[in-house]
Amino acid sequence: MKKTKINEFLDAPLTVINIGLETFADELEEQGVPVVHLDWAPPARGNPKLAALLSKLGA
Amino acid sequence: MQRIEAANKQALERILGADPILIDVIPASEAIPTLTENRILHAGPPLNWDQMCGPMRGAVCGIAVFEGWARSLDEAANFSAEGAFEFLPNHHFDAVGPMTGLTTIGQPVMVVENQTMGNRAYCAINEGLGKVMRFGGNDHEVLARLRWLRDEFGPAFGRALRHLGGLPLKNLVARGLTMGDEMHQRNVACTGLTLRALAPAFAETVRDRGELSKALAFIGNNDQFFLNIAMAMGKSIMDPVRNIEAASIVTAMSRNGTDFGIRVSGTGDSWFTAPVEMPEGLYFPGFTEADANPDMGDSTIVETVGLGGFAMGAAPAVAGFVGAGEPSSAVDFTRKMSDITVGENPEWSIPGLNYLGVPTGIDIRLVVETGIVPTINTGIAHKEPGIGQVGAGVVNAPMHCFEKALIAFAEGVGIT
Repeated sequence: MKKTKINEFLDAPLTVINIGLETFADELEEQGVPVVHLDWAPPARGNPKLAALLSKLGA
Repeated sequence: MQRIEAANKQALERILGADPILIDVIPASEAIPTLTENRILHAGPPLNWDQMCGPMRGAVCGIAVFEGWARSLDEAANFSAEGAFEFLPNHHFDAVGPMTGLTTIGQPVMVVENQTMGNRAYCAINEGLGKVMRFGGNDHEVLARLRWLRDEFGPAFGRALRHLGGLPLKNLVARGLTMGDEMHQRNVACTGLTLRALAPAFAETVRDRGELSKALAFIGNNDQFFLNIAMAMGKSIMDPVRNIEAASIVTAMSRNGTDFGIRVSGTGDSWFTAPVEMPEGLYFPGFTEADANPDMGDSTIVETVGLGGFAMGAAPAVAGFVGAGEPSSAVDFTRKMSDITVGENPEWSIPGLNYLGVPTGIDIRLVVETGIVPTINTGIAHKEPGIGQVGAGVVNAPMHCFEKALIAFAEGVGIT
């Protein structure tokens, strides 16, 4: 197989940053994959009206 | 927006600059002149008899008999249903009360004066643990204790405080935080510090040895004695933060067993309400969550000033008591609350967090943006009137209150 950058990437050990749903991180950890979880959610729980207000209110 | 940041800065300065002193205990009729016959002040946002939960109704019936407005609990319930009593929130009268939180003319109330701003706030005396009116208790034992508080202990407590020249609370709470209290579900240290400060003044002003012994034992045997003082303190700190134009800081959080309500500085005295949630916690032997009443009480005023669930990191023992996880996880609650507050209180610091100040000044914008709601440590009442406390736990403030408040706040500052 040709040694492309994508193949090199896929052959390398996985290093994962998980953003959002923590269960994804939990499952990777169970498989022994090192993972850093970032606790994040969309602003205003994804409510576009509230998110727009927050943006104008300087939050 | 710059003017919101400036307004919030002013709000935070008022919170941090407060100087609350417990100065007296006086009849509620004297403290609150607009509190008249047949008026019953309750915890939480406004509600009527039909909306009241079991413990709230039980307490209402008990207080009506205590005040002599009804001859029996049944008669009191009939009078309530017929509209004989006027039900109004404590918060509308410079007062607060834990759980059912009833305040009526005949009860003694503790007076906390915020000497920086000159305002006063009131709270009835904590009745102790077990079967008490704040959890809906209303039998002979409960009413007899209320009479003793009115006729003996309240006046003696007031004399002792006047003799002492008042009890400064800011430093006392600071010490309590370093001794493992968070001032909502753990008040052991602050109660002890209060007793230590007051005992000589009680001894100087109570002549009868039996009465003196009974008064001191009443304080010393009640781990939650300080809770009501902390609540009046919180109210005295937060009331001057009301009505700052364009400030998005929460000035009150409160529950009546049916609804949870918040008030925000920039939206004046409007309540933003949502159905109150059930606490999750641990139950005393013989009780389960099937016995539990939805959350209630004005005691969330302590979270509003950065204590209670916000200061959980100071009180690892509470995490276990309220079923919030391992003691080592207590600091996580405090760190999380830092995400929804505009500052820290350097005078109220937490040793386990390298003396980080308690998270202070809840900003509704941060609550809605992050999706993180205030964590509240709370007692759990039995859902039937007259039984009392059945456990302790943690409850979240409903997000819907903050979303409604944000929309009204935005309109108020000209943003739609």
